[in-house]
Amino acid sequence: MQAFTTLNGLVAPLDRANVDTDAIIPKQFLKSIKRSGFGPNAFDEWRYLDHGEPGMDNSVRPLNPDFVLNQPRFQGASVLLTRENFGCGSSREHAPWALLDYGFRAIIAPSFADIFFNNCFKNGILPIRMDAAIVDELFREVAANEGYRLTIDLEKQTVTTPSGRSIAFDVDAHRKYCLLNGFDDIGLTLRHVDEIRAFEAKYRIEQPWLFNQ
Amino acid sequence: MTAKTLYDKLWESHVVHQEADGTALIWIDRHLVHEVTSPQAFEGLKLAGRKPWRVQSILAVPDHNVPTTDRSHGIADPVSRLQVETLDQNCADFGVTEFKMNDTRQGIVHVIGPEQGATLPGMTVVCGDSHTSTHGAFGALAHGIGTSEVEHVLATQCLVAKKSKAMLVRVEGQLQKGVTAKDIALAVIGKIGTAGGTGYAIEFAGSAIRALSMEGRMTLCNMAIEAGARAGMVAVDETTIDYVKGRPFSPTADQWNAAVAYWRTLHSDEGASFDAVIELKAEEIQPQVTWGTSPEMVVGVDGRVPDLSQAKDDVQRGDWERAYAYMGIEANMPISDIRVDKVFIGSCTNSRIEDLRAAAVVARGKKVAANVKLAMVVPGSGLVKAQAEAEGLDKVFKDAGFEWREPGCSMCLAMNADRLEPGERCASTSNRNFEGRQGQGGRTHLVSPEMAAAAAIAGHFVDVRQIV
Repeated sequence: MQAFTTLNGLVAPLDRANVDTDAIIPKQFLKSIKRSGFGPNAFDEWRYLDHGEPGMDNSVRPLNPDFVLNQPRFQGASVLLTRENFGCGSSREHAPWALLDYGFRAIIAPSFADIFFNNCFKNGILPIRMDAAIVDELFREVAANEGYRLTIDLEKQTVTTPSGRSIAFDVDAHRKYCLLNGFDDIGLTLRHVDEIRAFEAKYRIEQPWLFNQ
Repeated sequence: MTAKTLYDKLWESHVVHQEADGTALIWIDRHLVHEVTSPQAFEGLKLAGRKPWRVQSILAVPDHNVPTTDRSHGIADPVSRLQVETLDQNCADFGVTEFKMNDTRQGIVHVIGPEQGATLPGMTVVCGDSHTSTHGAFGALAHGIGTSEVEHVLATQCLVAKKSKAMLVRVEGQLQKGVTAKDIALAVIGKIGTAGGTGYAIEFAGSAIRALSMEGRMTLCNMAIEAGARAGMVAVDETTIDYVKGRPFSPTADQWNAAVAYWRTLHSDEGASFDAVIELKAEEIQPQVTWGTSPEMVVGVDGRVPDLSQAKDDVQRGDWERAYAYMGIEANMPISDIRVDKVFIGSCTNSRIEDLRAAAVVARGKKVAANVKLAMVVPGSGLVKAQAEAEGLDKVFKDAGFEWREPGCSMCLAMNADRLEPGERCASTSNRNFEGRQGQGGRTHLVSPEMAAAAAIAGHFVDVRQIV
């Protein structure tokens, strides 16, 4: 996993609540057996005017000029600013894969759906929960200032605006440690292999019926 | 001794290791696998030279991509076919038990787990699928995980997790005739919103829940995720134990007695405290119909589409305006004026035998309305299909003009060939009415099986309480 330490990135605003993972990456693209290549189909139904299917040449498809991410001023954005309950619905990890492949490394919202939030950390994306009132202010600042960028420092747990205002955010110690170092969980978990074996042995005696099949 | 919630008991009995910040390793008893969210996990396992920690804990089935029509020629779409073949190959490579597409036990992963007794009380159950919350109906801790976590569970038999807060949803009283577990679920979501349960594990309790069958409890827990909660659960009682008894993976003989003795402890203790409590009166719950593009956009069948003055803030007003436009409806429109083009009875929410029986009661001796282009019934598994056919339900549906299909996820998410065309409107017993969920431009209204069948016959939404 790619580590996340600091990021100075262009901010793109997606002004909708309850953006679900079906919208982030529609089902037809879930038929892939790979982890990569989902970026061109992120937000496919909002982003293009035609119907997308796997295998199409996305570079020649008609773009929806009304979709915010298609506006020239947001090209190259790596910070997504959005509204409450982002990433709700399906557990598909293809959603963070698509956002990462598109270029997003951080997402700021008042709240996130649990499974999506968790999936982000497994893929080097930092989801940041922030008060709805501050998110509102950021939306106004982005709208008013072309080229609006935020600086995110995971170690210090701060988001800094172009005016120098520093906003603190919370992150779990374990998730922060993994993200800062780019560690994936399996290697870390296997450091506890003796504890897992001991648990299994004891558990097998207590609830033998769980070990039949 | 402090009184514990059911969630406390399930959590504590599975903690293998805990960090200072509360992050824990929890042991996983049952790992359900389907074709969509597993290929990258198996690939990761292979690349790292790892093997499943406990291969017997895994049960795999293809369900999302499988056709619901004649399967004798396989899957027509080559991309879907490859995904199913990849599952077959991974299961063969690692020795994983799989019910393949043409196995009579094949079906939707959340239908077959319980049906086989592979889901048992007291278990931790995970699957790379958000509707894994279904299995909490058995007094189990069950939730959906991402593909990285699928690989993690395969490799370590553990999940990295932090304990959620506990919410109690108590429903007391008796449901009206024609009102179902689906309506309870939608009423709860209407009350707390799709983010209301975020960060919580929900326990459903109260006399109305106790009165539900296991099928009803599964429907309810299935929809916990639509309220934002990764896990939903119901305490173990005689209904649970009766359902589990005698299933292929269930314990027998002495082990059965020991298991039952333990399972009877799986309930919240008197006086256990919850971080949040929500209460509903069963008598007040109407048959529910969603009108918009989120399960929280829901009203009773005799209600109307809400107008913007009822929205709580500007963000919600914006969402509602987009939903009116997408759904092709107007504020204040009576729900009963909404006409449907298609009807889908199926999905991990509502495709079990009891659901089909309830829909058949409404459809028996009637005809699908002329304006309904397609009404389809997709059983949750091959065994549900066989049971329904033994009871003659297939004939009831076919005589009424419904199509009777092979089991799978089908038009709940339209990954196979079953989908809505742009602008088509569907009465659906599934769980999500998101934009494009049932096909790009498709319009979904979530309802119970009874309500879906009634809409098929009338051609528009009607109050099923007037019929049953």
